[in-house]
Amino acid sequence: MIWIVSVLAFWAVAYGANVKMANSKLSHTRAIKLAVPALFGITILVVWEGLVRGLQVPTVILPPPSMIGAKIAISIPILWGDLVQTFVKGALTGYIIGCGAAVITAVLIDRSPFLQRGLLPVGNFIAALPIIGTAPILVMWFGFDWHSKAAVVVVMVFFPMLVNTVQGLAATDTMQRDLMRTYAGGYWNTLFKLRLPAAMPAIFNGLKIATTLALIGAIVAEFFGSPTRGMGFRISVEVGRLGLDMVWAEIAIAALAGSFFYGIVSLIEKGVTFWHPSQRG
Amino acid sequence: MMNKSLFPILTVVAAIMVIWYGASVGMNSKWTYDQARRANVEVSFSELVADTWAQDRPVLPAPHQVVVELYKSVVLKKVTSKRSLVFHGWITLSATFLGFVFGTGMGILLAVGIVHNKAMDMGVMPWAIASQTIPILAIAPMIVVVMSTIGATDFLGKETATAIFGYQPAFMQGLLPKAVIAAYLSFFPVVVGMVKGLRSPDHMQLDLLKTYNASKQRTFWSLRLPSSTPYLFTSLKVGMAAALVGAIVSELSASPLRGLGARMLTGSYYGQTIQIWAALFAAAAMAATLVAIIGVIQRRTLRKMGMAQ
Repeated sequence: MIWIVSVLAFWAVAYGANVKMANSKLSHTRAIKLAVPALFGITILVVWEGLVRGLQVPTVILPPPSMIGAKIAISIPILWGDLVQTFVKGALTGYIIGCGAAVITAVLIDRSPFLQRGLLPVGNFIAALPIIGTAPILVMWFGFDWHSKAAVVVVMVFFPMLVNTVQGLAATDTMQRDLMRTYAGGYWNTLFKLRLPAAMPAIFNGLKIATTLALIGAIVAEFFGSPTRGMGFRISVEVGRLGLDMVWAEIAIAALAGSFFYGIVSLIEKGVTFWHPSQRG
Repeated sequence: MMNKSLFPILTVVAAIMVIWYGASVGMNSKWTYDQARRANVEVSFSELVADTWAQDRPVLPAPHQVVVELYKSVVLKKVTSKRSLVFHGWITLSATFLGFVFGTGMGILLAVGIVHNKAMDMGVMPWAIASQTIPILAIAPMIVVVMSTIGATDFLGKETATAIFGYQPAFMQGLLPKAVIAAYLSFFPVVVGMVKGLRSPDHMQLDLLKTYNASKQRTFWSLRLPSSTPYLFTSLKVGMAAALVGAIVSELSASPLRGLGARMLTGSYYGQTIQIWAALFAAAAMAATLVAIIGVIQRRTLRKMGMAQ
């Protein structure tokens, strides 16, 4: 009872503080902009912890955050091994191959209006399909190890990336291309000095979408078969043993890895497309 | 525009078919050669092609094999049969749909809250955006197991369903965890899209309503909600596709093992590649149809509202 009452009190106080901060004169400052969501996140953790303890929820249904934190602290070697297997070997390899292949394909397609008209609708169509369903097929073809996971990631990121890059390559207008022609810039010069730089905002949009897809693809592909390590493997095994604290630990690490990956790509984007209005705002 | 692209699209599809048939000869030939070596016979090229396009468990089934399997499992089987793709498709569809309705509904409500409450905007919005960088799908197995531990898996319990329908419809068994995951996946894209949409009226329009002395509520119904419609439909499409993926992935761990995801899983257990491909195509057709339906509603609605491009 004490747990529940104090949790509700904490929630009320935190909510009041957030309302006060959000409506104060300082609400546009950086510190407040960070403090409000941080307080919201902390409140959720506190309410979670308090309710689980107060209502005595069994840990096989929902472990409290403190238990998950403790589990992360004692199983760092396992978590690290899983992260390397799934994220570095599976997701990252597939991400690089898939995005690279998509950009090259887009540049090739771009030379032919015929291919553009034919491949783009097909690519758009495929990008909307549940491509994750190819996972069982690719696991059969490439075996249980990380190669099949990378293959699933390649298939998943390829089409969104292709569509975005082709759109980006169309971003220059006739005036700009005419200017390049008056400079006697050939196809390659125009491509590298004008069109690819102008395509960067769209390319990075695709790269950012692909970060999430890559992790999802690598984890879900492991549900169809994997060696005895990897985040998806650990999640499905620990779920079977009702070791929910370990499952939550893996999910927390996956969330961190996902945000970190996205953040890195956004940072690179900031450096590359510094000239774009969306980055100068 | 449509006529201009039709020929190139058909060409690309034809090229994919040619590559596919060629690849299925190449990838299935190992089995054919192995069989021939065991039987001590030589295979000619035409025999090789015929055999690679007609194997029982090919590495890569030829397109017509998938089509035949689809025809067999969609048209020839009774829809109540456990081998009918209509049966499995309906189970996936019901979970997708229930989840989609709940997820988008909650998403729209949260977006309304975010637009009208500054504390919610500053507190929740960064998390909603950050959540899109997280592989949420990883929690699917856990949700399924936890919900079955607490016994909340059926849409209506066996007794309630029997009291109403006289029996418990198959799709209701194990529906809830799948719907929860589908809802969860479609929730965040809708929140982010709707917040953008509800904020899309510019200062001029908002100022005009202020000069009319319009209340917050009136501004919402007469300006914000109508101008968010294009954003709503875009996020509904994303949400529908996400809900379907959520339903399929949660079927990998749900019990009873039913639905398109389960077909893929059992197919991969028993090496039934043609079955996997058929389930994959059924899922793809379902996704395309659902998104297309939203597209049609979108075009009609926007035209009626005078917003069609």
